[in-house]
Amino acid sequence: MIGLVDYGTGNLTSVANSLDRLKVNYFKGSTASELSVADKIIFPGIGEAKTAMDSIEKQGLTSFIRSLRIPFLGICIGLQILFEHTEERDTDCIGVIGSNIKRFDESSLKVPQIGWNKVSLKVNFPLFDGIDDGEYFYFVNSYYAPLIPETIAVTEYGVDFTSALQKDNFYAVQFHTEKSGIVGEKLLKNFIELC
Amino acid sequence: MITKRIIPCLDVKDGRTVKGVKFKNLRDAGDPIELAAFYSSEGADELVFLDISASLEGRETFVDIVTEIAKEINIPFTVGGGISTPEQVIRIIKAGAEKVSLNTAAVLNPDLITASKKLLGSQSVVVAIDAKKNGDIWEVYIKGGSENTGLNALEWAVRAEELGAGEILLTSMDTDGTAEGFDIALLKEIGSKLNIPVIASGGAGKMDSFLDAFNRGNADAALAASVFHYNKYSINELKQFLSKNNIRVRR
Repeated sequence: MIGLVDYGTGNLTSVANSLDRLKVNYFKGSTASELSVADKIIFPGIGEAKTAMDSIEKQGLTSFIRSLRIPFLGICIGLQILFEHTEERDTDCIGVIGSNIKRFDESSLKVPQIGWNKVSLKVNFPLFDGIDDGEYFYFVNSYYAPLIPETIAVTEYGVDFTSALQKDNFYAVQFHTEKSGIVGEKLLKNFIELC
Repeated sequence: MITKRIIPCLDVKDGRTVKGVKFKNLRDAGDPIELAAFYSSEGADELVFLDISASLEGRETFVDIVTEIAKEINIPFTVGGGISTPEQVIRIIKAGAEKVSLNTAAVLNPDLITASKKLLGSQSVVVAIDAKKNGDIWEVYIKGGSENTGLNALEWAVRAEELGAGEILLTSMDTDGTAEGFDIALLKEIGSKLNIPVIASGGAGKMDSFLDAFNRGNADAALAASVFHYNKYSINELKQFLSKNNIRVRR
């Protein structure tokens, strides 16, 4: 069953509602022992990296997530916490991905980025099966992941940034796939069925 | 780059959508959940719900409606109206909204903006400003436009950004309800001083008014109620029109 990570401040409801619409079984868990029975993990998120990392630490999830071997999908803040560090309140993160999260350049851009933006696929990964190159997804973020070897989709907002990545069993998207209409739900379905 | 957003707004009172009820040949604007699902399927980029209930019972009903709407739609939505404490902010987000919109309470207690930002991140904190031009400056009104605070709207918008607002929902009381176009002067005045997105509100009429808000007012999004409730044109038609006029929209 899908384990949804509950870290208090995150917006679990939207993802839970999406899974309900897809008629997928899931449970919510906030500790390593609760989540250890899952066969897939989804880490949803709106929120702020520092608050999220504080909760993750407090709930003993840092090493649990780092050592996962089952498919993991991070959404928005769930992508950013996989990195080594974020500029958002100078926060150390889980460190699955050996790179750092940066802030969009406020001198030339409106920050946060809020709205629908184009997602360009680097190659056809299972996560994007049946989803066209250049589809729009919904973004809400002030911080971004640079382009890295693990990048599988790219979006432009002042700079080209990583809108989706994969490293082994770790999948992550910067956009809110649960709020990106029909294409967003398709991606969620792909994660559940194909990854 | 990011697209310009079209945002239908639903005013909800005691469980019913209230704008438009006096227009008889329209969808009965009664059920906000049905309308939400309709707009979502029609290509709305986002929805805004404002609770204008006067009673406590009405407010409780509203939270239930937010929960139901969240189950139905797969696009983002913002909820506002009467939110005045961090506890209420959390409650609305847990019900399934993406963002909260703060208005009167943010003016009376600006710390609420910062507290909400700490809980959610600034991207989920919208500060709504109702502005009216008196003489040469726009002033901020609260309590549903009934009370002039004397605050300069430009200064308040800049301060709201500093305090942690992620977006400004800017309603011109001078153009609201006129259907004669958004308040371009106000949008220019405030938008140019901010680093966060501005949602234009008040005055949507012909499709040209949206074009103006984006091209001349430099708005990031435009919100409207009547034109959509009264079915003057569909969101799809509007987006076709904008796209033809070189505005980037999601289609």
